[in-house]
Amino acid sequence: MVFTLTLAIFALAIAAYLLSSRRAAKVAATDDVHLHSRPSYHGLHSFLWVLISGWGILLFLVIFGNWWVTSSLMSQIAEAAPDAAIIERQLILSDARAIAEGRISSESGELRQALALRFARLDAIHSWALIVLGLGGAFLAGLYSYGRVAPEWRARNHSEKVIRAVLLVMAGIAILTTIGIVLSLIFETMRFFSAIDWQIHKYLFGTTWSPLSGVFEGKMDADKVGALPLFAGTLLITLIAMIVAVPVGLFAAIYLSDFASARVRAFAKPMLEILAGIPTVVYGFFAAITLAPLLRDGGEAIGIRVASESALAAGIVMGVMIIPFISSLSDDVINSVPQSLRDASLGLGATKAETMQQVVLPAALPGIVSAVLLAVSRAIGETMIVVMAAGQGANLTANPLEAVTTVTVQIVALITGDTEAETAAGPAFTLGFTLFVLTLIMNMAAQRLVAKYREKYD
Amino acid sequence: MADISTNPQGGRGFDHGSITAGSSRLKRRRWAELRLKAYGIAAIGIAGFALVALLSSVVAQASRAMTEHYITAEVTLDPEALGISADATGNEILRADFDGLTTQVMRDAFPEASGRTERRALGNLISGGAPFELADKITAEPGLLGETITYDFLASDVTDLYLKDEYGTLNQEPVSGSLSVQESDDGDLILTSTAEDFSGALTQVKARLFTDAEDLRVKAARQTNAVAVYTERAKAAETEEDRTEQLEKAEKARANEQELLDEAAAIEARARAAGGTEEVDDENISLLVKAGGGWIRLTEVSLTRARGEVMTRTALPIEASTDWGFYTTSQPESSRKVTDHQIVWIETLKDRGQIKETFNWRFFTSADSRAPELAGIRGALVGSLLTMAVTFGLAFPIGVLGAIYLEEFAPKNRFTNFLEVNINNLAAVPSIVFGLLGLAVFLNVFGVPRSAPLAGGIVLALMTLPTIIIAARAAIQAVPPSIREAALGVGASNVQASFHHVLPLAMPGILTGTIIGMAQALGETAPLIMIGMVAFIVDVPTGITDSATVLPVQVYRWSDFPERAFEARTAAAICVLLLFLVLMNLLAIVLRRRFERRW
Amino acid sequence: MYDTPKAETAVTSNEIKFSANNVDVYYGDTHAIKNVDVQIEANTVTAFIGPSGCGKSTFLRCLNRMNDTIDICRVEGDIRLDGEDIYDKKVDPVQLRAKVGMVFQKPNPFPKSIYDNIAYGPRIHGLAKNKADLDVIVEKSLRRGAIWDEVKDRLHAPGTGLSGGQQQRLCIARAVATEPEVLLMDEPCSALDPIATAQVEELIDELRSQYSVVIVTHSMQQAARVSQKTAFFHLGNLVEFGDTSKIFTNPEDPRTESYITGRIG
Repeated sequence: MVFTLTLAIFALAIAAYLLSSRRAAKVAATDDVHLHSRPSYHGLHSFLWVLISGWGILLFLVIFGNWWVTSSLMSQIAEAAPDAAIIERQLILSDARAIAEGRISSESGELRQALALRFARLDAIHSWALIVLGLGGAFLAGLYSYGRVAPEWRARNHSEKVIRAVLLVMAGIAILTTIGIVLSLIFETMRFFSAIDWQIHKYLFGTTWSPLSGVFEGKMDADKVGALPLFAGTLLITLIAMIVAVPVGLFAAIYLSDFASARVRAFAKPMLEILAGIPTVVYGFFAAITLAPLLRDGGEAIGIRVASESALAAGIVMGVMIIPFISSLSDDVINSVPQSLRDASLGLGATKAETMQQVVLPAALPGIVSAVLLAVSRAIGETMIVVMAAGQGANLTANPLEAVTTVTVQIVALITGDTEAETAAGPAFTLGFTLFVLTLIMNMAAQRLVAKYREKYD
Repeated sequence: MADISTNPQGGRGFDHGSITAGSSRLKRRRWAELRLKAYGIAAIGIAGFALVALLSSVVAQASRAMTEHYITAEVTLDPEALGISADATGNEILRADFDGLTTQVMRDAFPEASGRTERRALGNLISGGAPFELADKITAEPGLLGETITYDFLASDVTDLYLKDEYGTLNQEPVSGSLSVQESDDGDLILTSTAEDFSGALTQVKARLFTDAEDLRVKAARQTNAVAVYTERAKAAETEEDRTEQLEKAEKARANEQELLDEAAAIEARARAAGGTEEVDDENISLLVKAGGGWIRLTEVSLTRARGEVMTRTALPIEASTDWGFYTTSQPESSRKVTDHQIVWIETLKDRGQIKETFNWRFFTSADSRAPELAGIRGALVGSLLTMAVTFGLAFPIGVLGAIYLEEFAPKNRFTNFLEVNINNLAAVPSIVFGLLGLAVFLNVFGVPRSAPLAGGIVLALMTLPTIIIAARAAIQAVPPSIREAALGVGASNVQASFHHVLPLAMPGILTGTIIGMAQALGETAPLIMIGMVAFIVDVPTGITDSATVLPVQVYRWSDFPERAFEARTAAAICVLLLFLVLMNLLAIVLRRRFERRW
Repeated sequence: MYDTPKAETAVTSNEIKFSANNVDVYYGDTHAIKNVDVQIEANTVTAFIGPSGCGKSTFLRCLNRMNDTIDICRVEGDIRLDGEDIYDKKVDPVQLRAKVGMVFQKPNPFPKSIYDNIAYGPRIHGLAKNKADLDVIVEKSLRRGAIWDEVKDRLHAPGTGLSGGQQQRLCIARAVATEPEVLLMDEPCSALDPIATAQVEELIDELRSQYSVVIVTHSMQQAARVSQKTAFFHLGNLVEFGDTSKIFTNPEDPRTESYITGRIG
């Protein structure tokens, strides 16, 4: 229905456009006056008014209407079944909905039937509100703007103001997203920290990670939420990835920017782009199905025990994933070192290699460091490869042949696990917040570095 | 170089020599250059190798999901057997006992199968989905009731994988003698060949004995250890009683050790000796004989004689027949999922011409299933399509309008600056964090349905937004200011100049960036897992609020399943995913080529 | 047709350093230099003049094979340094460039200290046995670049912090530090103000005592001031080559005269 209403309002807006522009044209034709704005701008003004007010009301009502219906039903459930856990209450609610919509519910009963009736009533009110307020609002807006059509009315300036405001809102969505991320992460993080009585040091430096085993009446056992093994595991895999990706990516960039012939470039660059375009889930599949067994069997053959979910397999594959990232960023930086510096060095009789090592690379160093920082931040936040190829158990070790777990693996395990969402969300969102802060710091640092570097040569 | 120091203004202090005479220093410098180049080539080589390894491993696995197998059999659609009336229609037919009918078809084919385990193994040759398909077919054509039709029953994953040699191969061994088979008093069969046809198999069985002996020696070593421990404890014992007890234990362990070592030595001696008779168990490769129209499994083997048991109906006794085959499996029964019985059944069906292999269309036309042979990607494909539609519908307009604002209208102030930093940072936020955002805000606060393409699309749109904004800004920047100035010069407003002149010229670049952003979103998995798109969904979604999954998440789910057959399907799904990505990137390249403009 | 051969070569007084015969240069399909013959003498400043795009810089870059760094550039003909063909397969351009130094249009100091800028060449060519040697070379070169007095107190400050004129003299000093025999200068003063230009011109005149200097310039006054020989290029042809005094007072080719009097350019 929402979809139909959306279309209906759009149709109204078009009608408003036609009516207003026609009226403006008529005014221009009959009167001996000069229109400030061309008729189509009068139309546009009406169009924008109808569309924005109609869709705006609709969006608001959909979001808050759903919230209103759900919360009022939930409070009724809470009264009727005060002992039920949140998840049970949600189940009751979805059953009631199913009954109301004539679908098959998992269970029926007096409470569910009553709820279904109430749901149907609320839903009807909601639907009517959508229709009346949405269409009505749009209609009123159309009426208002239609009435404004007059020769001296600056329809163009006003519509442009509206357009600018819309543009600003669109650009502002990025900020809303950030605010949304920060708020949702902080909220759960606070809850989690209060559940462990603000012993944040135990979260940061504790070595036992088993957050769901010590849950009791909303409190968590602070001795079991030590995320250090997760941080260490993330670090270990990231380190392996960097050992693979930094030299390979950097040397590839050096070679492609200053040494390779056009032919080599023409095939190597698309190759790296393909590598960059492969979804991480494919890398994860490769790590889990091909590389990990290969390493395990290879290790067995030479008498070394390699875990089948070793950090090595995940790290190597993650490194391969990061190669194109480092090579393309470094390539950009190396290319932006001015040719005049290269000429100066070559003109003095330096070889290309000497020019690269002693002039170009030192000049490009800040950019390369920032590329590596970005790559590290990406490796830390990478999820699928480690979810598929790294371990689940929090294991504090520096041995790359053993299985370790990472922050992202634990987030996935907690959110998709069987535990009640309420309980699992705390540690999961706290890990997410840690991840967010960590990567944010690295990105900011990388951007600072690169901005300084660009200032120097642009 | 004394002259330099005394007279800095003096003449040149160094002669570089002839330009053709390479000094050793120069050689060293050239060598260093070569080395750097070699590192570069090696780096590109490594990247190329990784790409080839990755793609070839995926394609190699995927190729095994290219075909599926059917078992063709005659089936009588007896309404009585189905438990319905002859003029039944619709749901009545759908609910009829096609399961039992199918089971009966297989039992009719191999009536000698007896016992629960064996019968279940027989039933497992056919997919659990086959009866439903048959039911669907009859529901569509109720007139077939009472008829006998030839029907292609979908083979199970075990059958399919065996036929694709996934469980090793069945090798025919050369035989030169003629075979006689007699039934012995204890019910076993005695097989005798006139030549030493079983010698190869015997050697292989014996080779296995060394492993057994090795196991025994490991056990013996453990006893040695135990002896040491008990002796130590006896020394440390505080009471006489305890000491005696420990010593007794030590003695026992020593005896055990000796026994084990003796046994190991005996086995090794047996293995080394020529000829002899050895038992064949399921740790050994299976030895199968095809004779008299049936199959026999060997349980004991010597050079020319063997003891065996009937697997499928065999005409007995056989007197000096040369028409026989001797087969070995490449894997022992205990390490493969297909049993010896199933192997001979499948081989028999193959001989009877009842096995059919076809292209696996089902993979593209059916949705997810727990049974690998039934599972397809249609649901995931539609889910991906719906999700991408939502993502595009949100991210493209928002991204383009946002970019126009930033490039054309934003005043140079701290807010704009903050906005830009914000967008750049958002581009580098780990995707899983966007998933958490979706979970906390869109699912829990706004009540967007879980697992729905709508939720996935919103999350992916927010994730791709920075990419699109950055690409769109670059494209707008590439339009020279002269165009804008020209428009302003003829009296256009800022908004008119942007929308009438700059935006159309920047559109190809914006579209290219958008496609690349969409390609990223198409391959994204982690945030969708967070919002529940990882659930098991059998139905193909029909709208953006239905529960759905998407291709990359399907890949993730399947890769997690224990059934071997899912491996090939996972790889095949990856191939489809990659195909879409390649197409999208090609489109971007074409767009870039077609509209590329140099100002 | 402007394919007329060059003017009669002036009588030589010094030994010949560079001799170029029948040189053609192509950029892809563009024929940038057409059949040019030039003799460059030792201890002489030779100026290349001509309108923009006439090929004078291109020709200059042939003399130390800097054109090798451009993929689509192709050089034909015979260029000899002290009688040795510099495009011979056996020649390592690195070795050649050590003997034929170059100063560019825009000052391009490395983003390193003044000291490291000068020491770069001597280091890569192994001209100094130890730190003391290197110190001597740096001081000597900076003195020859006529910039020693201005920078001697801040040798370890970045070279990019100097003024434009100072930067260019630093670049000249840097080129001198590798002990070249020939110095190529590609419009070395075009990015400098008049005072800095005067300082660099003075320096060029001093350098003549030890090097052959080839300078590409847009400014005819500059050519007249600093050079003893002048070559006039037009549309890839060498139109006229001879003593500077003769070219500027009594040109043989009408195109030279037109250019000098300001009718083409």
